Amino acid sequence: MAHIVTFTRSTPDTAAKVWVAESGAVTWGDVATVVNPWDEYSLEETIAQAKAARGRSTALAIGGALHDDALKHSIALGINSAIRIEEPGADAGDSLVWTALAAGAINKLGDVDLAIFGKESVDVGSDQHMYQVARSLGWSMLSLVSKIIELDFATRSIKVERTVEAGKDIVTARLPAVLSVLKDINEPRYPNFLGIRKAAKAKIPVWSAADLGIELPAAATTALSYSNPPARDISTEIIAGADAAEKAALLASHLLAEKVL
Amino acid sequence: MTVFAWIETQGAYAQPSSWETLGGARALADALQTDLRAVIFGGDSGSAASDAGRYGADAVIVCACETMESQVAQLSSLVAERKPRAVVAAGSSRGRELMASAAFDTGSGLISDVFELRVEDGLIIGTRPVYAGKVLMDMRAETATTFLTLRPRAFPTPAKGAKSQVPIETVAAVDAPSSPLTTVETIAAEAGAISLTDASIIVSGGRGMANNPVAAPGTLSADEANIWRAQQGFAHILKPLAAVLGAAIGASRAAVDAGYIAYEHQVGQTGKVVSPDLYIACGISGAIQHQAGMRGSKIIVAINKDKNAPIFKLAHYGIVGDLYEIVPALTAALERKLS
Repeated sequence: MAHIVTFTRSTPDTAAKVWVAESGAVTWGDVATVVNPWDEYSLEETIAQAKAARGRSTALAIGGALHDDALKHSIALGINSAIRIEEPGADAGDSLVWTALAAGAINKLGDVDLAIFGKESVDVGSDQHMYQVARSLGWSMLSLVSKIIELDFATRSIKVERTVEAGKDIVTARLPAVLSVLKDINEPRYPNFLGIRKAAKAKIPVWSAADLGIELPAAATTALSYSNPPARDISTEIIAGADAAEKAALLASHLLAEKVL
Repeated sequence: MTVFAWIETQGAYAQPSSWETLGGARALADALQTDLRAVIFGGDSGSAASDAGRYGADAVIVCACETMESQVAQLSSLVAERKPRAVVAAGSSRGRELMASAAFDTGSGLISDVFELRVEDGLIIGTRPVYAGKVLMDMRAETATTFLTLRPRAFPTPAKGAKSQVPIETVAAVDAPSSPLTTVETIAAEAGAISLTDASIIVSGGRGMANNPVAAPGTLSADEANIWRAQQGFAHILKPLAAVLGAAIGASRAAVDAGYIAYEHQVGQTGKVVSPDLYIACGISGAIQHQAGMRGSKIIVAINKDKNAPIFKLAHYGIVGDLYEIVPALTAALERKLS
């Protein structure tokens, strides 16, 4: 049976204020988290493709209990099962450590054909771990996918459209593969009542590095410190004038004076 | 000791963002008191290699390897053999994949999306945005080589020097597994279109684009008529302004989701993050998710009917008014002043 895995995580609500507290830690107060915004599309694609292949889907999250919310949301949407991987003391903020846990979980599941990621994680602001998971597993990497054109688990082949700076590429590859998907790949569904009930009852299993049977690499990076960006010191000049032409002429003069044209 | 800068090429030419990379890598090499080598993968690297010298490289390494798979193998082999202190690349889609993959293969630390670089006690520290730019993080690699991807437009393009003779070393391609991917078709982006992340000026449209006073064909439903009017607005009101300024066209998520313009143009949390010198927001209210994509712009102009729109709090210059009156007048005024 086809098996698609997707990775997700809980991130602060996109409208929330996030700042560095005096302790030096990043906080967003008591604002609720949401599913990482890019994961809405990878979750939808995972559910839709697994259903189309009469296969199954698993959502994985790496990190603390915070991420159970994203996993429960995944189940509410229609993902079949969810697992959280946490190794206390490990620095999962380092992408090589993260990758070891992610690849370890996929290997433990054993029968995975496809791993689908959202384009990036907005909290860590990166996509590097996706390429590294593909590398670690020795799987095909298809990034920035805007459409899955063909997916055939029997012949182990996939054909996608990728959107990159220079335009669009139509690419074929062998399964298993790692995909990262863009927002225009689908329209995410909303959870229904049954899904929400199922999610409320779900117990999320937690796997450690020992459960995966792996030894973690040393972290290759260290987050030294966090800081608040310098305040933007902006005084807005609202341009007044008798009519559109006068306002536009004034604005044009200001822009020339700013030397940005 | 050396620093590598990866020069991204398209045919025989370097991508302009590669010179930003070379500038950032030059400053890093100077701070580390080491030399700087441009690394160019691809078949014909003639003009890119000599240009790399003019933009500040001390030497150039070229290798004819075309696929991502072979470039990753080549870069990993060069890193293992020559142990550069840093490998620097533009944070383009190819740059991100190449750096992450080679960092994995060599067991090195990667700091991505860096917009500031410094050296403290001989150690490389990169500053990068996290939480959609709401917080900044200083990061250090613990490995002999630090891989870095640079945020587009964060590092200035160095001045192009006089023609100089820098040594060009051609290395033989290492054995790499054949590419697991086959490209069956390539559809080039619109000719002459400027990429949003590299643009120095962006003209962007939002929900307000639907207030186009032009009459829609009577055969359309009310919703279709709205979409049609907004599309006409992008094509005939924003595009002429963008043409005068040499600007790229951006859009808010509201405009994209409503079908006014293709997703490639979306600026914001689930679109592109841009940092042009000038960002002109037309009929965009300025939701926080949009701000996440354009807060780094140097000068922000807001044109909006609603004087309470949040975008005005972020803008250096604002005009409260109908974009369908203001933008054509602005296009005409700039045409006069710039000609």
